[in-house]
Amino acid sequence: MADISKEQVKHVAGLARLAITEEEADMFTKHLSSITEYAEQLNELDTEEVEPTTHVLDLKNVLREDEPQEWITKDEAMKNAPDKQDGYFRVPSILE
Amino acid sequence: MSLFEHSIKQLEEMLHRKEISAEDLVNASFDRIREVDGQVQAFLTLDEEQARNQAKQLDASPDEDARLFAVPAGIKDNIVTKGLRTTCGSQFLKNFDDPLYNATAVEKLNAEKMISVGKLNMDEFAMGSSTENSSYQPTRNPWNTDYVPGGSSGGSAAAVAAGEVLFSLGSDTGGSIRQPASFCGVVGMKPTYGRVSRFGLVAFASSLDQIGPVTRNVEDNARVLEVIAGHDKMDSTSADVEVPSYTDALTGDVKGLKIAVPKEYLAEGVEPDVKEAVLSALNTYKELGAEWEEVSLPHSKYAVSAYYLLASSEASANLARFDGVRYGVRSDNAENMMDMYTYSRSEGFGDEVKRRIMLGTFALSTGYYDAYYKKAQKVRTLIKNDFEAILNDYDVIIGPTAPTPAFKIGENVDDPLTMYANDILTIPVNLAGVPGISVPCGFSEAGLPIGMQIIGKAFDERMVYRTAHAYEQATDHHKQRPQLGGAN
Repeated sequence: MADISKEQVKHVAGLARLAITEEEADMFTKHLSSITEYAEQLNELDTEEVEPTTHVLDLKNVLREDEPQEWITKDEAMKNAPDKQDGYFRVPSILE
Repeated sequence: MSLFEHSIKQLEEMLHRKEISAEDLVNASFDRIREVDGQVQAFLTLDEEQARNQAKQLDASPDEDARLFAVPAGIKDNIVTKGLRTTCGSQFLKNFDDPLYNATAVEKLNAEKMISVGKLNMDEFAMGSSTENSSYQPTRNPWNTDYVPGGSSGGSAAAVAAGEVLFSLGSDTGGSIRQPASFCGVVGMKPTYGRVSRFGLVAFASSLDQIGPVTRNVEDNARVLEVIAGHDKMDSTSADVEVPSYTDALTGDVKGLKIAVPKEYLAEGVEPDVKEAVLSALNTYKELGAEWEEVSLPHSKYAVSAYYLLASSEASANLARFDGVRYGVRSDNAENMMDMYTYSRSEGFGDEVKRRIMLGTFALSTGYYDAYYKKAQKVRTLIKNDFEAILNDYDVIIGPTAPTPAFKIGENVDDPLTMYANDILTIPVNLAGVPGISVPCGFSEAGLPIGMQIIGKAFDERMVYRTAHAYEQATDHHKQRPQLGGAN
């Protein structure tokens, strides 16, 4: 697999909602390239017939009755918010 | 002699006989913190007023049934504590002063009347192996303050080693309890995946993360795990498997025990001091009547690659919640919604966190998912199968916890791959989901602790503890203390 380009790094930063400087883009290009290059060693293994492991436990779907119970109040839910108004989280405008 | 030279069980007996009080224990903790934490820097937040009030209350109403009555403890700062600042070592959460609930593990400790002393330093969001990635302060190794304590639970291990608290909780995704325990000469357990509820543990890599205890000896460790283990309806990935007594398993008897020693765990890259200490420990086991044989875990060398792809992928999804809307900091520079997300995250996260979010986002992105993420999941299956095959034939697997003793502060910070290689012997255990403990097994030439790792079958922590305890009883490594600011 080819090296990761700086353009790819900028694209990935956008997907991850990270604003990066040119210097950071250079640094991440270098680091991600060396990490993925190292990860190429996984291709030494033939895994055609191997099932992927998502989770080590045999997970079963857990169902319960949908019953309301005491948890946190609306005021509590708001109290660590950086900005709020009238019981809502306040954010900058979405549409210009 | 410090009160913390006693085991929890001994302290409980002294408390019940009124030889000491809860207040004495809290004083011992805060006196020591004042004496040495300026050097060690293990704590991010102290909860002194609450702790002292609680001690007074406990002294007024003794409870012989409470298993951790008045025991001072520290909690890693990625485990949420109601009303007590929880930062995950990140600037993003520097103002997260008022969490709404306690993690289940903390609730369980509270039910047994532990006294919470404060919150412990860590690599930001548990991403790191040295605690240098904390955005607040580096923690220093109590054995030599020029060296790192390991990570990411560096504060948890250093605080116990320095005698600031009797035990702590850490979290372990790829070695984050065991490696710092090894570096600081204390006992650190990563339980079987699913053994301890993750409810209230800020998620890094959900299929790998586990909470576990850090203590000065194996008995205390077993006692704390007994308290925090068990199914929790708030965490659907916590296992509905009965929790046996762990302290009952500490018989001191390992006659006939079958130990597997993977040749990959004593291979090139493991320092001679470390190899010698582990071989000498294996000899001790032989003298105690156990037998050991060399085996192979053939896919070990692929574990670090698979782990960084999987853990970073899970992290990139888990850390999407830090959006600057509901909690944490928000950038002042944003004029629209998208800028608010990106600026808040860019200003709030440190380099290593960004690096892993980037790696994970890349590994999950269109065109690369099969080549990286899915491939790593398949390799995880091979690694898990390696462990299952060996643990079918042997009671435990033993090797070093880390290939080296602690390294110097600043030594590995510029090279992520060298830093990642530190976890080469602990990561496979998380991928396989089985329990592993680190116990002190000697010292390097430079006087730094060395840890031995004991790995068991899924949900067989009893065997891991029994094996660790028998060795501990036959040796005195765990009785050595760092010379830090006088005797402790």
